[in-house]
Amino acid sequence: MSRVRSLPAIFAWPAVIFVIGIAGLVIALTGDGWRDGAAWAALAAPVAAVAWAMRARRR
Amino acid sequence: MSRAAIKEWVWVHKWSSLVCTAFLLMLCLTGLPLIFHDEIDRLTEDQPAFGMPGVGSSGTAKGLLTLDDMLAQALANRPGEVPLYMAFDNDQPSMTITTGPRPDAPGSQMTIQSFDRSTGKLIGAVNEDSVSGVDAVMHFLLELHTDMFLGLPGMLFLGAMGAAFVIALISGVVLYAPFMRKLDFGSLRTTRSRRTKWLDYHNLLGIVGLAWMLVVGLTGVINALAVPIEAAWKANELAAMTGEYAGREPLDQARYGSLDKAMAAARAQLPGTNPQFIAFPGGTFSSNHHYAVFFQGDTPLTERLLTPALVDAETGTFTAARPMPWYYQALSLSRPLHFGDYGGLPLKLLWAALTLFTIHVLGTGLYLWLAKRRSPALAQGPAPMPSRIAEPAE
Repeated sequence: MSRVRSLPAIFAWPAVIFVIGIAGLVIALTGDGWRDGAAWAALAAPVAAVAWAMRARRR
Repeated sequence: MSRAAIKEWVWVHKWSSLVCTAFLLMLCLTGLPLIFHDEIDRLTEDQPAFGMPGVGSSGTAKGLLTLDDMLAQALANRPGEVPLYMAFDNDQPSMTITTGPRPDAPGSQMTIQSFDRSTGKLIGAVNEDSVSGVDAVMHFLLELHTDMFLGLPGMLFLGAMGAAFVIALISGVVLYAPFMRKLDFGSLRTTRSRRTKWLDYHNLLGIVGLAWMLVVGLTGVINALAVPIEAAWKANELAAMTGEYAGREPLDQARYGSLDKAMAAARAQLPGTNPQFIAFPGGTFSSNHHYAVFFQGDTPLTERLLTPALVDAETGTFTAARPMPWYYQALSLSRPLHFGDYGGLPLKLLWAALTLFTIHVLGTGLYLWLAKRRSPALAQGPAPMPSRIAEPAE
């Protein structure tokens, strides 16, 4: 049996992706240029996480 | 979390999801092409050659024709109609003039004419009877997405479905913890049962897409409340701004004064900003006696936040200007956050990817519910007993 994870451990990555996502959604509203780039990177995080999971965490 | 508490959250998650899944799937499928509305328009429509390319019709550049001339032309094309809106562009000299049979005509009876303000040429005109081809398809999708052709009740109903979706998201996050107790983030147990595999995908796509789904869900709910929000502004703020006109007969179109004079009076009150649109007397966005000139803020952040300046439509004298109240500003900001049209094509592509994530989460959620119902042996399934479901990882 594997160990039971604590709440902070369970929600660490989801929280990071959540905060980055909200920040990205808001920052592109405040202007163009680099802010748009930041939003693209932020919203690419969920897609990247799934791509990573499909490569590294599949079993 | 106690077993009883988990059971309750499972109940909330199951029912909030079941209530909205069919409608959310429709919203995702219709929303997907709507994300690229502008791009599709550009591909399927001829781009007009402007007389003064790059000069915004919202400005005061030399060479732009007067608003009175533009309006006279639009009304000459639609005899017997009254002006409803005049809208401007910050980047090109194009502008639109909306007319209808009555000041309070519904959208279905409006005709929108686009003009080049630098040459006075008519670019095109659309109303509900004239749309065809790709335009008609996009129009159909937009109506289905907004109100399912049911008007205000349809809008409010879809708003309620959005609220159920938000509840499903929140209960899903609560349940994420017991399901992931013994799993690393991102675990995808694809070699076990189909249910385990789709459960893991459901949890992963749901949790990583949470920020976007929550924002698009909540802003969708706010957009669905547009009609009551606009009505509240008109009943409270606008009524307060035009108090001295209360009780007067609505101003007849024959007595409308110069738009250019009114615009100059409005600009004098709000220097440095440009108008987004003018609402004519008697419609949703104005009193019965005023041209309401809606100005945009002058920074990227405030560009979406509007301040109406009300000018007496007969005399052209300024009456009042006041920023829109917080609930209307929330609606203004909810539009880009729902449409995803504020960060270039890459943002739209990500919007589409996350819409696909949502479709996947809705589909796997439905599958998990059906699979559990079909095989009672698995009824202990994802929900009630997390120690059984979250099969320990090797």
